[in-house]
Amino acid sequence: MTRVGDTVRFACPPGVEAWAAVGGKKEADGPLAAGFDLLFTDNRLGEETWEQAESTLQRHCAELLLQKADVTLPQIDLALGGDLQSQCTATAYTFRGLDVPFAGVYGACSTMAETLALAGCLTAGGAARRVLAMTSSHFCAAERQFRTPLNYGGKRTPTAQWTATGAGACLVSGRARPGQVRLTAAAFGRVRDPSVKDGTNMGGAMAPAAAETLYRFFLDNRCAPADYDGVYTGDLGIVGSELLARLLEGEGVDLADRHRDCGLLLYDRETQQTGAGGSGAGCAASVLAAHILPALQTGKMRRVLLVCTGALMSTTTLLQGESIPCVAHLVELTAPVD
Amino acid sequence: MKPDKEQYARLLKQVCPRSPLLRDFLWAFFVGGGICLLGEGVRAAWLAAGHTLSDAGALTSATLIAASGALTGLGWYQKLATRAGAGTLVPITGFANAVVSPAIEFRCEGLVTGVGARMFSIAGPVLVYGLLASAVWGVIWWLIRPWML
Amino acid sequence: MRYLWAFLVGGGLCVIGQLLIDLTKLTPARVLVLYVVSGVALSAVGLYGPLVELAGAGATVPLTGFGHLLAQGVKRAVEEQGLLGALTGGGAACAAGVTASLLTGLAASLLTKSRDQN
Repeated sequence: MTRVGDTVRFACPPGVEAWAAVGGKKEADGPLAAGFDLLFTDNRLGEETWEQAESTLQRHCAELLLQKADVTLPQIDLALGGDLQSQCTATAYTFRGLDVPFAGVYGACSTMAETLALAGCLTAGGAARRVLAMTSSHFCAAERQFRTPLNYGGKRTPTAQWTATGAGACLVSGRARPGQVRLTAAAFGRVRDPSVKDGTNMGGAMAPAAAETLYRFFLDNRCAPADYDGVYTGDLGIVGSELLARLLEGEGVDLADRHRDCGLLLYDRETQQTGAGGSGAGCAASVLAAHILPALQTGKMRRVLLVCTGALMSTTTLLQGESIPCVAHLVELTAPVD
Repeated sequence: MKPDKEQYARLLKQVCPRSPLLRDFLWAFFVGGGICLLGEGVRAAWLAAGHTLSDAGALTSATLIAASGALTGLGWYQKLATRAGAGTLVPITGFANAVVSPAIEFRCEGLVTGVGARMFSIAGPVLVYGLLASAVWGVIWWLIRPWML
Repeated sequence: MRYLWAFLVGGGLCVIGQLLIDLTKLTPARVLVLYVVSGVALSAVGLYGPLVELAGAGATVPLTGFGHLLAQGVKRAVEEQGLLGALTGGGAACAAGVTASLLTGLAASLLTKSRDQN
């Protein structure tokens, strides 16, 4: 492991052994449906509350992951996970039923890249042999916590994003074996606050954090977007994506055709009426596992960056008139060597 | 890189899509007008049934509230509201929706701590400031009334 | 004619609300508070009464009508009870609407569950 600026580069990269993506109803109707391992047509998943439904979503995701990797629980040294519910409860309740050491991580919608980056550092450093990294979000649980009751009649503003109902999980192990996707670098972001106070404009709030992380990464590693097959951002949506392109352009970085946004890939924005695009910790996580990792595995893409952005406010701070602090974490994923 | 906050605010204004004014206008007008038209029909029916003008008014409100509550429970009111905006917000049916929806939503947190405590979490401000304004008006009326007669 | 005015005035009041939401930073909750307080004020200065005469439910069904109802109730109560009426009038006037909402909410919470919007 070496450190260049904010980037952690893995000399012997950890491998992504397996992954799983689980989604809900809208995700099942979306363009990435075929990549999911399991899709539910009823977002309640047979549970009494939306919060329980999210935990169940995670449980299915974790079980599928273990199955696909052909690994049992005792072979996992650590689980890192997070979600959007207050106090990170969806994940905590999931691991009530999965007997592995667990550390909760909160980075809002940036959690997937955050847990992956941490998993990479911990496995590469020898603190754990195998780490499970998982995040989720549930539209209904998020809506009732952050916005209004589900049956409340309200019009969404044009910048509002749609919280994904989904979970994604990856199994990261110490040293990539031949044939495994490699986690070659990671960078933890710095908090940026562009003074946006509108809680329905997350893309607008998060774009500067994503731009900051990407700019520093390209500078530290002397590389450019053109060196990658894809620069994926986690949930900037249509507004944030446009802002990111303009911010980087101002710094002389041309994203050109390399940029894609998980929030815009998961849904067909026009026909599925998802506003400015998808969002939520489960959005980037499920797009990673349903779309990005499979493409790396089959060699369709050689090297990608995943930058997940998180808005780190709460309903309390927003009501108190505070602006929204944001962060963006990055991982570099590389196709397997034979 | 540190984009200037004012510059960024300007950029944000350029990039953010604006609400489609004409479409919002038409939806709000026709749905809102339609609900009021319905209300007028209900009022006429209560009047025809022999109720006094003020009783018919109260009965009309109650009827619209019950109808809105039923549609809220069925999940239809919010579907209409995603397009109608203020057309479903401003009429009394919107007030009912604001009371009924948290009652349904927080049922799983108990009848007292969920339904009871959260029922007016959205509609409460309307009552607080409506009653405040009415009390202020009451004091003013009490003061000026002797001169008005 | 009454029906036409009810439609036009009711629709017009909703459109003003929509424009306030779209063009200013006012949130829906603030617009509603503004409406009810405006209703009280317009009624107090004697402007809302004639609108109700003209448009019927077109003026009473929007939340400004709720404010008008409160103002009227208080006025009547002050005339009957003196200063005490300032405290009792509003509550009595809106009792039917509030209690109807409350009962509907309670019934709905027992009979239905929150619905997914996906």
